[in-house]
Amino acid sequence: MASWMRLRGFIRKEMLQIKRDPSSLLLGIFMPVFLLIIFGYGVSLDPQDVPVALVIEDNGPDAQDIAARFKLSPYFKSRVAHSMPEATQLLEQGIVDGIVYIQNNFSAELTFEKRAPVQIILNGVDANRARILEGYIQAAVLGWYAIRQARDGVESPFPLEVESRIWFNSAPNSTYSLVPGLLTLIMTLTGTLLTALVIAREWERGTMEALLTTPIRTNEMLLGKTIPYFILGILGMALAVALGVTLFNVPLRGSLVVLFVFSSVFLLAALGFGLFISAVTRVQFVAAMASVIAGFLPAFFLSGLLFDLKSTPAFIQLLSYVVPAKYFVTIAQTLFLAGNVWSALLPAAIVLTMMAFILLALARKKMVRRLPI
Amino acid sequence: MKDAFQRILALITKEFLMVLLDPKSRIVIIIPPLIQFFIYGYAATYDLNDVELAVLDNSRSTESRELLRRFTGSPNFKLTHELSSTAQVAPLIDKEVVRLVLHIPNDFSKKINSGEQAKVQVIVDGRSANVALTALGYVEGIIQEYSAKLAQQTTTESRAPQVLLIQRSWFNENMESRWYIVSALGGIISMIVVMVLASLSVAREREFGTFDQLLVAPFRTHEILIGKTAPCLFFGLAESLLLSAAGVWWFDIPMRGTVTALVIALSAFMIAVVGVGLFISSISTTMQQGLLGSFVFIMPAVLLGGFTTPIQNMPHWLQVATYINPLRYVVEASRAIFLMGADTATIWPDLWPLLIISCITMPAAAVMFRVRTG
Repeated sequence: MASWMRLRGFIRKEMLQIKRDPSSLLLGIFMPVFLLIIFGYGVSLDPQDVPVALVIEDNGPDAQDIAARFKLSPYFKSRVAHSMPEATQLLEQGIVDGIVYIQNNFSAELTFEKRAPVQIILNGVDANRARILEGYIQAAVLGWYAIRQARDGVESPFPLEVESRIWFNSAPNSTYSLVPGLLTLIMTLTGTLLTALVIAREWERGTMEALLTTPIRTNEMLLGKTIPYFILGILGMALAVALGVTLFNVPLRGSLVVLFVFSSVFLLAALGFGLFISAVTRVQFVAAMASVIAGFLPAFFLSGLLFDLKSTPAFIQLLSYVVPAKYFVTIAQTLFLAGNVWSALLPAAIVLTMMAFILLALARKKMVRRLPI
Repeated sequence: MKDAFQRILALITKEFLMVLLDPKSRIVIIIPPLIQFFIYGYAATYDLNDVELAVLDNSRSTESRELLRRFTGSPNFKLTHELSSTAQVAPLIDKEVVRLVLHIPNDFSKKINSGEQAKVQVIVDGRSANVALTALGYVEGIIQEYSAKLAQQTTTESRAPQVLLIQRSWFNENMESRWYIVSALGGIISMIVVMVLASLSVAREREFGTFDQLLVAPFRTHEILIGKTAPCLFFGLAESLLLSAAGVWWFDIPMRGTVTALVIALSAFMIAVVGVGLFISSISTTMQQGLLGSFVFIMPAVLLGGFTTPIQNMPHWLQVATYINPLRYVVEASRAIFLMGADTATIWPDLWPLLIISCITMPAAAVMFRVRTG
């Protein structure tokens, strides 16, 4: 049905338009590299060198031992504050994130009462950081306590010990989780944002009306609009994979071929969505806003890339089922970190394929070759 | 003077009409940001609830049941599978059916009662590093608590002195990470709307050629700048204040600081952002360039602004680079105002950098109006 010659001509036109406007290439090639570097270096949930203030009023050896543990630990950058008012001021100014406070009767209470308090005050503004810091401080104090007990000949001060193993990402290193997820954002940028502008631009500039007078068919137009941006998207994605693996040492435990096949499916879904938006809106401004709001932001917030979806209220989880990015984040993280685990990959891939079909079909339906009356 | 005022008024009216007359544009800048705010307010949290948990209890003793009771009683965990062999672990984790497996070995109770240290094995899915780490933190909390209780039961009075950890969290007593995100979310969502609006405003006129008409009309450059800035500033400020109010009333974020400080911080931020947007717009010749240019700014600004992940976790050179990011200051100021009770004087360190950024980007945009690109 489709004429090869017409299609080739159309693709050539699209390619020329991409080449003519450096902003397309900026988004397709430069952005993936830029984003990868930002994610690799800048987006981290692993605190280190956390500034804490130590207020040690007690001069006994126990209190000094605790202080020494904080000074030696790689997790903290501790500084001594001479009084609680000084320490609270540091906390309020955001200079330290926590205070460890040992009162002057600590040694006495430990000897005579057998129970002595160590007070911890955290800046809870960043609750996630505060919780991790809480864990570090607990570990430091309990570590001191275990050594002290061992010295006194008490074998195991704690009856229970947790032996944890983190599968697929043993450190765990948050970059390993974020870089695979980032592929989603990169392909959404090219697939949805860039593509959304394409048809809207033709309508807005009036070139669509010129196109309608040519013998080009809807299928050819759909293919002609899809193929160039598909190539651009895959290029950006390949670049990001190569950099992620070489620069940030993210392990790719699954098959590269499978990664490319599933990425293509996701990219087609993103492209279908972008074309659909632009065909419906027909105005670049609205198409841009719609693709950011319905395409890009959900890929960031509702994909499980940074925030855990399963902990959100039910209606958010329900909403996330229609976000293609959610399925691709699962696929990418599984392929990179766990390998070719088909039991996890297949269900997500099937849904994604269906979405790609539906979105492309919708885009085709909306690309009707008719002038508005 | 009166003439200049009239000219500016005419320009502002024209710019407002351009946004408000198109019904699609009208809807797009008002309704979706509101919906977004509510959805992301719920979605953006680092706290975990109902983490699916499987247990392989080889001990089947009073102690192991007591430990499990503590897990089922916690709102953070949901016990979904009871396993009978280690072979069942891998498929459940692989398919993401459960994210955590608790393995209690068969000598668990025996070791506790004989005073030895008993081990509890935990296997976590590390595909999402943060979820793994947070969940492990919860697990350790529960097990330590039980451990302390066991220690009290077994230790006689004369033995081991104990250390009590008394912990308090300031400004966010229940450590809800939603407060951290939502306090700055209004500013971020409004910023995206304003950036798109500003970055298209000149570019659209350039694409249609009407900008040249504007330039030859008897308008001064700064008058055009004011005309282009006014609607963006108005929508941005109105929207960010509306969303801030929604954060307080809907998501129960405390408002401990002064409203004046919030209005001043958001205004300074919006002026800086409109400056960046207009600059990008005035160096673009097409709407596509304007829009993509704004994205090249928005992405790193949001990711490196301390909005979702703390700036302190970045390497030092990148932390230094964030000083030119206007987002950094508004995120910091919003949190100081909402959670820490800051007033205008307290947020001054966040205000002056924003003013400096505006003083650079606004004139730069004005200069670029006259420069013919493309």
